[in-house]
Amino acid sequence: MKGENPYKPSLAKIADITLEASGDRAIRTFRLEFQDEDIRKNFTFKPGQFVMISVLGVGESTFAISSSPTQKGYFEVSAMRYGKHTKALHQKEVGDIVGARGPYGNNFPVDEWKGKNILFIGGGIGQAPLRSVINYCIDNRKDYGNLEIIYGARTSKDLCFKREFEEMAKMDNLNTHLSIDVEEEGWNHFVGFVPTNLMRLKPSPENTIAITCGPPIMIKFVIENLVKLGFKDEQIYTTLEMRMKCGVGMCGRCNIGNLYVCKDGPVFSWDQIKDLEGDM
Amino acid sequence: MENLTLPKDKLPEMLAEIAAKFTLIGPKEETGFTEFQEIDNPKDINLDYLISRVPPKSLFFQQTETLFAFTKGKKAKVETPKIDPGKRIIFGIRPCDARGYALLNPVLDGQKEGDYQDPFYKQRRDRSTLVGISCNEPDVNCFCTSFDIGPASTKNLDLLFTDLGDKYYIDVITKKGEDLINSLSKLFVKATEEEKKDRNKVEKTAVASITRKMETEGAVEKLGKMFNHEYWEQISRRCIGCGICTYLCPTCHCFDIQDENTLKEGGRIRVWDSCMNPEYTHHASGHNPRPSRMNRVRNRVYHKFNYYPKNDGDFLCTGCGRCIDYCPVNIDIINIINDVKEIEL
Repeated sequence: MKGENPYKPSLAKIADITLEASGDRAIRTFRLEFQDEDIRKNFTFKPGQFVMISVLGVGESTFAISSSPTQKGYFEVSAMRYGKHTKALHQKEVGDIVGARGPYGNNFPVDEWKGKNILFIGGGIGQAPLRSVINYCIDNRKDYGNLEIIYGARTSKDLCFKREFEEMAKMDNLNTHLSIDVEEEGWNHFVGFVPTNLMRLKPSPENTIAITCGPPIMIKFVIENLVKLGFKDEQIYTTLEMRMKCGVGMCGRCNIGNLYVCKDGPVFSWDQIKDLEGDM
Repeated sequence: MENLTLPKDKLPEMLAEIAAKFTLIGPKEETGFTEFQEIDNPKDINLDYLISRVPPKSLFFQQTETLFAFTKGKKAKVETPKIDPGKRIIFGIRPCDARGYALLNPVLDGQKEGDYQDPFYKQRRDRSTLVGISCNEPDVNCFCTSFDIGPASTKNLDLLFTDLGDKYYIDVITKKGEDLINSLSKLFVKATEEEKKDRNKVEKTAVASITRKMETEGAVEKLGKMFNHEYWEQISRRCIGCGICTYLCPTCHCFDIQDENTLKEGGRIRVWDSCMNPEYTHHASGHNPRPSRMNRVRNRVYHKFNYYPKNDGDFLCTGCGRCIDYCPVNIDIINIINDVKEIEL
């Protein structure tokens, strides 16, 4: 870390692209492999950490790593096409080169959670960081109890990682509960918002950790409902995002109160932030 | 090393020698304002200035900096630019601006676990010697004595020159300062006890002439209790969001990163940014955690007097008075902190 240029990315080749959701807010998962063999071999991260990805000449943005660290030799980010930079990223093809630096930030304390059930509650593109933890738990299956995944999006087209959900549906001790916000023909899962689906399912807080990520308004109601279901503050985790430029605690903009999302986060337990006063 | 004196008429000789051996940087008159620049001719140094308009933070933390150069396409390359490794002598900086550097250190050259270092800031700082000059006649908005420094404070400097009329008294503070003295011709004279007394008298008079005081005691705790107070709405109504208070602040370090490029190559550039700009925190989704001027003004005050003190143990302010002097609508940070003390909750 010391003496290096923390702003300079390493070059990575796009090894694969998966179209997760189509439409004007398309979501694609990019599988990236560092060009340099040493970097590729030595790159390690923990679920919940993030990277800065650059389309050189356009800019750089922050993404949670959406693959599990148990998958070696590459990592993945799932990006929604939204602004100038993500638009340029979505125009890239397999074989193209992008810049990548990281991993940054803290992580979900997956080691502390060994022996516990884990409840995942995701909304839209907010499922990306949860996917890293889910696949980590699946790959270390004996370390964790029951895995329960509640996931929703606006429409069926906006649901990410569909193939993986199909595979998970066949697994033992793992339940998935999908939802969309508005009724659609042929949809045979729940229709309604994610916090409502949570209240319908009423998961038990017994020996369970709940982690949630999604739009700020969804996180707010999910946490309220988890508390109603008897989850204690320290059983609830979320991962936050703020606009970032440097990712390493210098550029100043990602603070909530005196905490910097890039360095002190992005993962926070609810008891860490519930009384935090700051612009969110 | 003992403290020294230098006859005033020898100053040009000393500066010429520094300029010949190293890179000399000092306060220079430029279009009606004083600015720190590289000095070729020592006559250009203007020591009559009090506070340069742009603080000398720009010498280490440049307004624009190329972080790396790149080539685009399938044969993409990224390369860090080289920084001139030569020694720089920064002559004539004020004790408040020296404190500014000390406050930038935890951010740009952090030493805590997990901290990153900005190599551009660090390299420039490591190869610079800071030669200060005491303020014999502080200005009306100077309030450095509200912090742990004063107009003749030796803190955060390598050498400090104090004007005693016909000569300068020189406090030799650090090894770096001593090395600079040793590398120059023997123009200096050992300071006498009498001269030391004269120097302290100048300091005492200067300290006494500072009339404004920021009541910082208890500010961190009080701010901790009034995040949602209506005061922030009131105080920010006047703000036009120009950002001058942040650009000219010796401790503000926020920056933006942008790519500049042609079809095939370019560079990633860091530029000073300001938390007063609405786009500063604007997410791509359209959400903005600090949508109104109230949020932004409050964040500036809290960053300096609550967040930074909580994280790094000091107030992020030097008492230089620039944000007060240059604010087009007379927002006064001393009054804000003093109001905070008075507000009843």
